[in-house]
Amino acid sequence: MISDNRQKDAMKMPLTKNIKPGREYATLENYRETGGYEGLRKAIASMDSMQVLQVVKDSELRGRGGAGFPTGMKWGFVPMGENAPAAKYFVVNADEMEPGTFKDRVLMEKDPHQLVEGIIIGSYAIRATAAYIFLRGEYHLSARRLAAAIAEAYDEGYLGGNILDSDYSLDLYLHTSAGRYICGEETALLNSLEGKRATPRAKPPFPQISGLWGKPTIVNNVETVCNLPHILHYGVHWYLTLGLGRDKGTKLFGASGRVKTPGIWELPMGTPIREILEVHAGGMQDGYRLKGFLPGGASTDFMLPEHLDVPMEFESIEKHGSRMGTGTMIILDDKTCPVEFVLNLERFFSRESCGWCTPCRDGLPWVVTILEDLIRGKGRPGDLDLLRHQTRVMGPGNTFCALAPGAMEPLQSALKYFRDDFEKYLQRPAIAEAG
Amino acid sequence: MPKIEIDGVFHDVDGGQNVLQACLTTGLDLPYFCWHPALGSVGACRQCVVTQYAGPHDEKGRLVVGCMTPVSEGLRISLQNNAAKELRADVIELLMTNHPHDCPVCEEGGHCHLQDMTVMTGHTVRKYRGRKRTHHNQYLGPFINHEMNRCIACYRCVRYYQDYAGGHDLGVFGMHHHVYFGRSEDGVLENEFSGNLVEVCPTGVFTDKPYGKNYSRKWDLQTAPSICVHCSLGCNTTPGERYGEICNIVNRYHGEINRYFLCDRGRFGYGFVNSERRIRHPELRGGQQIGADAALARLKTFVEPPGKAIGIGSPRASLEANFALRELVGAERFYSGWAQAGNELMQTALSVLRRTDALNPTLTQIEQADAILILGEDLSNCAPRLALSVRQAVRNAGFKIAAQVGIPAWQDAAVREIAQDLRSPLFIASYASTRLDDVAAEMFRGTPEDIARLGFAIAWNLNPAAPAVPEAPTSLGDQARGIADVLRNAERPLVISGTGCLSTAVIESAANVAKALHSTDKALSLVVPDCNSIGQALMTGRSLEEAERALESGAAETVIILENDLYRYAGKGLVDRLLEKAAHVVLIDHSRYTVADKADLVLPAASFAETEGTYINNEGRAQRFFSVMLPSAEMRESWQWLRDAGAGTWEHTDRITAACAAGIPVLSGIESAAPGAGFRIAGMKIPRQSPRYSGRTAMHANIAVAESKQSEDPDSALSFSMEGAAVRLPPSLMSSTWAPAWNSNQAIIKFQDEAGGPLRGGDPGVRLLESTGTPDWFSGIPQSRDAIAGTWLVVPQYYIFGSEPLSSGSPAVAERVCGFSVLLTPHDLAELQAKSGDTLELRFDGRSTTAEARSDDGVPAGVAAVAFGGPGSEEVEWLTRISILKRAIEV
Repeated sequence: MISDNRQKDAMKMPLTKNIKPGREYATLENYRETGGYEGLRKAIASMDSMQVLQVVKDSELRGRGGAGFPTGMKWGFVPMGENAPAAKYFVVNADEMEPGTFKDRVLMEKDPHQLVEGIIIGSYAIRATAAYIFLRGEYHLSARRLAAAIAEAYDEGYLGGNILDSDYSLDLYLHTSAGRYICGEETALLNSLEGKRATPRAKPPFPQISGLWGKPTIVNNVETVCNLPHILHYGVHWYLTLGLGRDKGTKLFGASGRVKTPGIWELPMGTPIREILEVHAGGMQDGYRLKGFLPGGASTDFMLPEHLDVPMEFESIEKHGSRMGTGTMIILDDKTCPVEFVLNLERFFSRESCGWCTPCRDGLPWVVTILEDLIRGKGRPGDLDLLRHQTRVMGPGNTFCALAPGAMEPLQSALKYFRDDFEKYLQRPAIAEAG
Repeated sequence: MPKIEIDGVFHDVDGGQNVLQACLTTGLDLPYFCWHPALGSVGACRQCVVTQYAGPHDEKGRLVVGCMTPVSEGLRISLQNNAAKELRADVIELLMTNHPHDCPVCEEGGHCHLQDMTVMTGHTVRKYRGRKRTHHNQYLGPFINHEMNRCIACYRCVRYYQDYAGGHDLGVFGMHHHVYFGRSEDGVLENEFSGNLVEVCPTGVFTDKPYGKNYSRKWDLQTAPSICVHCSLGCNTTPGERYGEICNIVNRYHGEINRYFLCDRGRFGYGFVNSERRIRHPELRGGQQIGADAALARLKTFVEPPGKAIGIGSPRASLEANFALRELVGAERFYSGWAQAGNELMQTALSVLRRTDALNPTLTQIEQADAILILGEDLSNCAPRLALSVRQAVRNAGFKIAAQVGIPAWQDAAVREIAQDLRSPLFIASYASTRLDDVAAEMFRGTPEDIARLGFAIAWNLNPAAPAVPEAPTSLGDQARGIADVLRNAERPLVISGTGCLSTAVIESAANVAKALHSTDKALSLVVPDCNSIGQALMTGRSLEEAERALESGAAETVIILENDLYRYAGKGLVDRLLEKAAHVVLIDHSRYTVADKADLVLPAASFAETEGTYINNEGRAQRFFSVMLPSAEMRESWQWLRDAGAGTWEHTDRITAACAAGIPVLSGIESAAPGAGFRIAGMKIPRQSPRYSGRTAMHANIAVAESKQSEDPDSALSFSMEGAAVRLPPSLMSSTWAPAWNSNQAIIKFQDEAGGPLRGGDPGVRLLESTGTPDWFSGIPQSRDAIAGTWLVVPQYYIFGSEPLSSGSPAVAERVCGFSVLLTPHDLAELQAKSGDTLELRFDGRSTTAEARSDDGVPAGVAAVAFGGPGSEEVEWLTRISILKRAIEV
């Protein structure tokens, strides 16, 4: 978890300030001790919805689920006013299933009220009539703690009718997913929440216009929502000072793989990768060298040791051919075969394809077949070109949603950076048919 | 109309379309799978990718999915640039990774959309060398065969079955490339439109099971344009023949009627044509076969001198056959097959249609209605394809709110999402549950009298000039007011009723509602029993009682019955008396029903598949159907028997059609229902066989090696041949739906004005009943029936499989026919100390019969809804009171 013995400066680590060594999790009392629910109180008592929206826009908060879409702009598409539909929904995407990513889990397990408060603020901003947390089914502990926090929030008047004696009312429901990676795609999540198959929807219409049960809906990631109480409480000016570069605020960055101290840490946006890897993760384990890394979960392109000084922020990472994604890095060391590494990921993506669109449904299993053949020594000349071709067929725009393009990112970059490792398999005599 | 540029050529296209639809409309080939003109777009298969350019100077463009991209002014796209072509080939290659190479043994082969699209896309060499996933196949009942390994996961089947047809027992299971389309367990597909899966499925997952048992490739079938004979809607069909048997029926697109879909009765009901029940030789009473000449000679002795014979026509025989009989016996001696009450019913329906000031809508127009009232008609069982249209009409409220936020109607999933359960209001008044109840806003249950009273009360609420319902209870008044308010505010209100309740009052109440409505786009649709009920009713209004009197008085001694099983619509007592009073009973029919055993002379007639003629459907549209094959040796077309007995001198069908048009003023337009026998394209007839038709010289070689001459067809512009013209066909003469590179029925896209729109050249048929005059108010408001303890009112319960006799003769349909049954409300069943499945004794006046009890909470107390048609129902006197006893358990 937060393997962090740093002295906490609450104002520099707003998201994790209540996570302390020796504390199981932050209770309501703990949460309120550090200003919890003050952001909500301020919003409800002194601001109308449009003002809250403006604050979030001004904060330049970008979504932490992977795509980095500006949160305020997303909210701005929700119809407001008298002619808006009577029902609107605020949904939290807590279906954290990206391989190598475990940041939302920490936030929910360790400080559940932070999420609850964020949800109420977000809901207030769009005048949502109900809110939902769509939680990964396997997150049992998160489910228990969130359920308890929600109950407490009702008791305290933060949820339910006339919140904090205002004219605003909100019900918050916790929904535990039946479990599929695709449920993290926001429209598939909405279908799943409606009890339908978790298949993505075509956009447009966007969920802000026709979302859950066809009503205007916002879907935000857990970490995104957890920023809201602090932005409201401490103000935009404070928030804008937190980032080191272009992107504002802090972010939970993580590292897994053969590093000395894998974990996640709340750091300013724009923290250089080298600092995360060498300072916080303690560098590579003895005997292993860094060969490459996926910067933001399994569905991002590989980066190389030469990219270590790139800051972790959306545009900088994109400039180097990858995406910041969830900000949780997966490390490839020199003793792990990149082909097997990629095969492992592609098996996951192939299995998790919802089966809706052709390239993803039928393309991913083919990629897996080719990689398996390669590893079993049954590869044929042309297979690498075929793999490269499939990464283009499953490229952005050709598929219905981002799953297959995401799945192609580690493959296409591995083919680019680690081509020798692939070709080795083609030169090796066939391994016994036993495989 | 936006102007768009496709590969450098400018086209004017309909602004409401998507790019795929627009490309297909302009006649270009663009492959697709998940899109279907009736089902809209979902963007799943990614097959219809095109390159879209940002403007006139954009060289690179980006790939977009055609079916999900709206057309707009100035849109510039390319189908032919390499990026788009390559991706389309890649998508096909992916679809084919799991598809078995079983085309040679696949029943879809030769009319397979997947084959067509694969060839169109140019994928010929398989690079995939992995294992193919395999699936378990399910038993889905007598209609549909299931072969899941062929599935390309386009999702059309579930979208059609669940979303379009309202079915519940076909779904998609699993995920990734293991997605499975089927039932949760083996079993009969319940939905009455399941047969369309064979055409909706782009490959051979769902195939036509009866066709599979009697299979020939599409190109080996002899086909002709036909009209469904199993209800009054007149759906257009294409039957296929090989070796003298009908092998299948597929949908024949008609832009105003059936469009892409048939009901299962229409698709699978043709089996009677091949059946053992066919009458194949002239027979005398007792079954003794005689030759055609001898039969004709005997017929002549029965009808001469003029005046000696009376004729009873048929609502399921063509206008021409009915007319021939009318000519033989004289118009004043020509009777309908109805008893007095039924006759009044048909004549009331007809006069309402001829005088209403509301539109008599086509099915396509019905789908535009924004509020619907159904008075007493069980559409799903009596006019199934109409029920499917009503199911689409209730979506209009959803389309409306989707349009308000800019979602085009073709974006199917998005429209359904935003609409949720929002439906245009549908009100159903019935005496039992119906299969449209799930989409109805409100149901009203009552006896036929109560249904009529509701209708009259609604009319009065809409317009106080209409007669008020005396002694209307508050509940009736409240419900009528509520329905009236909704209908009043609708732009396109629609009233549907018909003869199903056997109540003229119900039809009259529907007419009053239609008259009371103010909207200029109001519509009134009436369902009648048979494929030519309207046509027959236009020829005679004389009842069986009058026929009986004519025989009784000695004015006539012979009765000639044309293609009619009289027991179906008239009480057993009346028919028995009538037949007893006739000195000579002559039956001309194609299939053996009860009447055949009581005839002195039985003449074998051609069925719809072996004759030409004209039917008039429930909207008053005269449509021509054509023989698919010639009748076997001793069968003749009904009108030919009658002609040869002295009815006329018509050499071929056109002559009798013309005589009929000339002789009966209201039918004067029927000749233009289709081009006549003299019609030629570049001097050629239109072939019934495809250019690839195989085995013509060999297929009968087991009987005789000499090559027989091609049969002539003097009756139509079609030929029994492969040779002839197959281009620019008038829609009414399209013997098959085929276009180069488009072998499946989806080739119809090449013959439409726009993809999914009317047929180029006009949808077939001519409407005869355009209303004239002003309707009067009907004021015959019935009393409500008082309940009488211990008795039940018998009303007819129709079943899609079983109530219509021809289709019941089809082996596949016969498997779906349930036994003779009676529906009672659970409370009444409990009173009888009976439960579903028990045998009940129904006691009529002096007689009794047994029926299986079934529970239906839609049936009002004191009403027994007894199965109409089929064995058992001949004993029933409809709309009378009976007592019911539970059969003691036999030990």
